[in-house]
Amino acid sequence: MSNPENLRYSKEHEWLSASEGGVSTVGITQHAADALGDVVYVQLPDVGDTVAAGETCGELESTKSVSDLYSPVSGEVTEINQDVVDDPALVNSAAFTSGWLFKVRLADEPQDLLSAAEYESFITSA
Amino acid sequence: MTTAPTRKTPLDAVHRRLGATIAPFAGWDMPLRYGSEREEHVAVRTTAGLFDLSHMGEITVAGPAAGAALDFALVGNLSALAVNRARYTMIVGEDGGILDDLIVYRTGEQEFMVVANAANAEVVLSELTCRVAAVEGADVRDDREAYALIAVQGPEAAGILARLTDTELDGLKYYACLPGTVAGTEALIARTGYTGEDGFELFVAPEAAEALWEALTEAGAAHGLVPAGLSCRDTLRLEAGMPLYGHELTTATTPFDAGLGRVVKFDKNKSFVGRDALAKAADAAEADPPRKLVGLVAEGRRVPRAGFAVVGTDGTAVGEVTSGAPSPTLGKPIAIAYVDAAHAEPGTRVAVDIRGNAEPYEVVALPFYKRAR
Repeated sequence: MSNPENLRYSKEHEWLSASEGGVSTVGITQHAADALGDVVYVQLPDVGDTVAAGETCGELESTKSVSDLYSPVSGEVTEINQDVVDDPALVNSAAFTSGWLFKVRLADEPQDLLSAAEYESFITSA
Repeated sequence: MTTAPTRKTPLDAVHRRLGATIAPFAGWDMPLRYGSEREEHVAVRTTAGLFDLSHMGEITVAGPAAGAALDFALVGNLSALAVNRARYTMIVGEDGGILDDLIVYRTGEQEFMVVANAANAEVVLSELTCRVAAVEGADVRDDREAYALIAVQGPEAAGILARLTDTELDGLKYYACLPGTVAGTEALIARTGYTGEDGFELFVAPEAAEALWEALTEAGAAHGLVPAGLSCRDTLRLEAGMPLYGHELTTATTPFDAGLGRVVKFDKNKSFVGRDALAKAADAAEADPPRKLVGLVAEGRRVPRAGFAVVGTDGTAVGEVTSGAPSPTLGKPIAIAYVDAAHAEPGTRVAVDIRGNAEPYEVVALPFYKRAR
């Protein structure tokens, strides 16, 4: 699997896109999606919610387990991916693209996120 | 903390080659899934799936008194079982609590193969050894290392197997078994399974397992056969309403608690381990029905898990979920739960406490899924 170079990554396996006009997109990595197995239910924050870096803001349920969704950054949610709510399997099939989860207007410059190469070595050493 | 090393099945290298997600299960490294567990589930319902079940524990009881010994050791009437037939049964403690659920195959006039769950195989072996020792003319043999177990399950299973064996499969009924040859390998061919579909379980020598797996894979290619892991096995058995030891069945439950009192054969007219306690449990179940095992179907999309509380409309606890999963066939979450008798009627509306939210569920009769015959 390859983690796109243009994204940044958290140790909780979320990805964050480069900001466009102060707004970034958040999703989970393909590595995380593969570990979860088939995602069957996605609970996302509501538009307008404030999320905080490193704190839970939703959950992802798979056949075998439920996992918390952590926000990689602090800010205000501006949009959620209704397609992924309706069809959670998108998380498995397109984690880095159409399986994105929500967009956030950044309150702070993201801290402590990893580059693709750093994330790669993080998951291979874990 | 040190953990004991997990055991590997004779097909371990095959699973790794196939890119399976492997996890420890009952002391074994087992394949959970090879790709999408949902797709594996659907394949078993519509075409066929290939399972490695080599973790299951085979124990042979043999000798002129083997049948009588099993009648004493287990709750069923095994001496009445015909040769080449199988029976679902249980082993209980003196207190009637379930130690394991079992399938017993009568492989000869004087020979039975008892198949125990991997997690309980050690307990079953030691209990059987102890109980059978009380009966003259029967011996217990640990055959766990003697077999690999490969299952082919699904509507295409018979068509696939027919390509590889001369054994007349049409004559092999559900819960029957026959020694035969599959792809040149000697096997006990059993028409049993844990998926709610037609299918076969093949007990073979461990060293023959890989070649048999490959032969089945090749023969099954045109039939839509896919390798299938334990994850879909669990959702398949759940939809079929089949209990799983450690979930629906525990040492704290009797067969009557689990709604499986029919496996207890009081009319075998012999003493057997647990008889007195089970007689009381049967009376109690008749007079004052205990909690009942029921199905729950979700209205929402959140998935109930084992241990979650079932609550009534007034918010009081009325039961507990024992197994839950998203059902690929129904397209919504389902669960098996013990609920008190007042809430056990199909159609009753209850809720499951899912992380603090009361999610609406409806009580349904088990099973959730029954194949068309």
